[in-house]
Amino acid sequence: MKKKLLGVLLAATMAVGMLAGCGGSSDSSSETTTDDAATTTEDTATTDDSSASGDLISIGFAQVGHESDWRTASTKSCQDVFSEANGYDLSFVDCDNDSAAQLEAVRSFIEQDVDYIIIDPIVSTGWDTVLTECEDAGIPVIVIDRTIDDSDKYTSWVGSNFKTEGLAAGEWLKAYAESKGISEINYLTIAGSTGASAQIGRTEGFDEIAEANGWNKLDEQDGDFTEDGGQSIMESYCKSYEGKFNVVVCQNDNEAFGAMTAMDNAGITYGLDGDVILISFDACTAGLEQVKARKISADFECNPLAAPFVEEVIKTLEDGGTPEKEVYMEEHWFALTDAMVDFSIDGEAQTMTEVTDDVIEAQY
Amino acid sequence: MNNKKSFWQKVKSWPLLLPVVCLLLVMAVNIIYDASIGNNPFSFFKITLQTTTGNGTILYGRIIDILNRGSEAAILALGMTLVVSSSAGTDISVGSVMSLSASVCCMLLAGYGVTSTSELAVPLVVGLLGALLIGCLCGAFNGFLVAHLKIQPMVATLILFTAARAIGLLVCNDMIVYVRNDSFGFFGSFLGPIPTPIIITVICVLILGTVLKKTALGTYIQSVGINPKASRIAGLNSKTIIFLTYVLCGLFAAVAGIMQSSRITSADSNNIGLYMELDAILAVALGGNSLGGGKFNLAGSIIGAYTIQAITTTLYALGVSTSQAPVYKAVIVIIIVAIQAPPVQAYFRKKSAAKNAVKEVA
Repeated sequence: MKKKLLGVLLAATMAVGMLAGCGGSSDSSSETTTDDAATTTEDTATTDDSSASGDLISIGFAQVGHESDWRTASTKSCQDVFSEANGYDLSFVDCDNDSAAQLEAVRSFIEQDVDYIIIDPIVSTGWDTVLTECEDAGIPVIVIDRTIDDSDKYTSWVGSNFKTEGLAAGEWLKAYAESKGISEINYLTIAGSTGASAQIGRTEGFDEIAEANGWNKLDEQDGDFTEDGGQSIMESYCKSYEGKFNVVVCQNDNEAFGAMTAMDNAGITYGLDGDVILISFDACTAGLEQVKARKISADFECNPLAAPFVEEVIKTLEDGGTPEKEVYMEEHWFALTDAMVDFSIDGEAQTMTEVTDDVIEAQY
Repeated sequence: MNNKKSFWQKVKSWPLLLPVVCLLLVMAVNIIYDASIGNNPFSFFKITLQTTTGNGTILYGRIIDILNRGSEAAILALGMTLVVSSSAGTDISVGSVMSLSASVCCMLLAGYGVTSTSELAVPLVVGLLGALLIGCLCGAFNGFLVAHLKIQPMVATLILFTAARAIGLLVCNDMIVYVRNDSFGFFGSFLGPIPTPIIITVICVLILGTVLKKTALGTYIQSVGINPKASRIAGLNSKTIIFLTYVLCGLFAAVAGIMQSSRITSADSNNIGLYMELDAILAVALGGNSLGGGKFNLAGSIIGAYTIQAITTTLYALGVSTSQAPVYKAVIVIIIVAIQAPPVQAYFRKKSAAKNAVKEVA
């Protein structure tokens, strides 16, 4: 018995030691993130009590998690905009992709009686009860990025129009192919996780243009938004459709990196100087670097910086106005000068952004 | 006549018969498919030399893909087989340990807090050793819980299953760390015309195979798995042996982790090794090994691992949508496992015995 107890203690020390060992090297910024991740309902409650007396606008933000660079940029954008210096008191909860924890976090915000609640919903359904509670408490809810499908009891939704991104990619390809004199387009899609709103919207948008122009879609497979996924799918595409395709559409930058390795190994050239046109979405820093290197032909942004748009909504509410129900963020389409062509979406002319070192530097 | 019969009996009693037949069956699907759409029936098996951009001339073909992409599962299956044999339980933390090792490796190579680099901050070998060390540490932690504290393997390894990936994210500052360096990328690319992962797998198999054969370790592990008490009375230190298998399992997980992150020259903590523990366990089972511990067959597990990859590659080749692929995978796995299930085996034996009896009577 004694031995067992000793063993348990030893195991516990080991576990703590491991965690400490890893945490020891982290700088202050990562410690804040870990604190945030560990923040429980009680913690947020206490932080709020201490500052509720001031005339800061208190905001509760229930974030999805921290699974990608994109997400990290989204979190950072909120923390920067809703800082104390700007007159806000932000309670941030990282829900670690656990939808139950997210509901819990929103309820704790209601208990704290914050002024506004921001939710990036992990799942799109099951929100009606908790949003009714928010409404009863008189707290406006602003939904960002992902959508809520089974309730409209939120004030505004701020996010990207994924379908527009898909349409932009399609219209760009049409204009670019015309300028290069390419008449026949056979394309392969490496899609994101099936069912994700980004995957649905981008596929829908791009395929709409493809159908209208009689392009031939050879295949679409799910690369799970990962580099490894993109690499293994492209590896297979290169064998199944050897010499039959001239466009590859990757639904995020990581998949594009994977596809690039696979095409290198199959001896296929791509990008501005190659045989295959490579289109990508997201436009993160690493993606734009590849645009600059002439490997990715064009990159279509999915803006993670929702906070400034959310602030607009909050300001409208503070002034007693009614914000729009759906706020679409401004997004950029990136390419190098050789690939910058004029195109329009539904009659609306688009401008492309040239990728320079400054642009890469400023990107998330 | 007599000779022929003994040959068939030999084949029948060969322990790898069923795993090999299953692997061949999976591949045969491609012949039928290619023939039915009017391709060369053997185009799936065609291996050619391909000139690449940046990697010289390489071996190119679906079979190479299976061997290449199946490397991680095969390496994990080595460790998993030992763990299953010695402790009659599975190590479900291998996927997470892969991710943690990869994160540590890339963090060391890039320097802490750096998200993208093409220059190594420390010599390559430091990063690799760091990753291997972390793998061994994780294995030792699991081994300690199982061997010394007698915690059920699944519960014990559940701790790192949840924690290791998160620690990896912490190490990488919640970011994907890109190490776009060719010397690091080597472990996921090519040595001459052959993909490096295949070579690493062969080396791992050879080393482990030799150690198990030349020393009594293999026998010790099996005897501990069959009856730990009797082995202890016979003079074996069961605890140390179980502990050792977990350390080896962690080490192999680290090797697989380095390989997978080298393929993408980055540490994608969220996705590296995701669900790989399931593939490793399945590989052991497909190889005809009992998950109840005891006797094991390393070659069976390796064939099992490649069978899983063969299924995936086949589904890619058939153009099955990746979102529906798990359904087909499940159906194939059910068939393979069912063929190997003892009651089914007993049924076939009974049937053939009856046939023989009829023959004899006649």
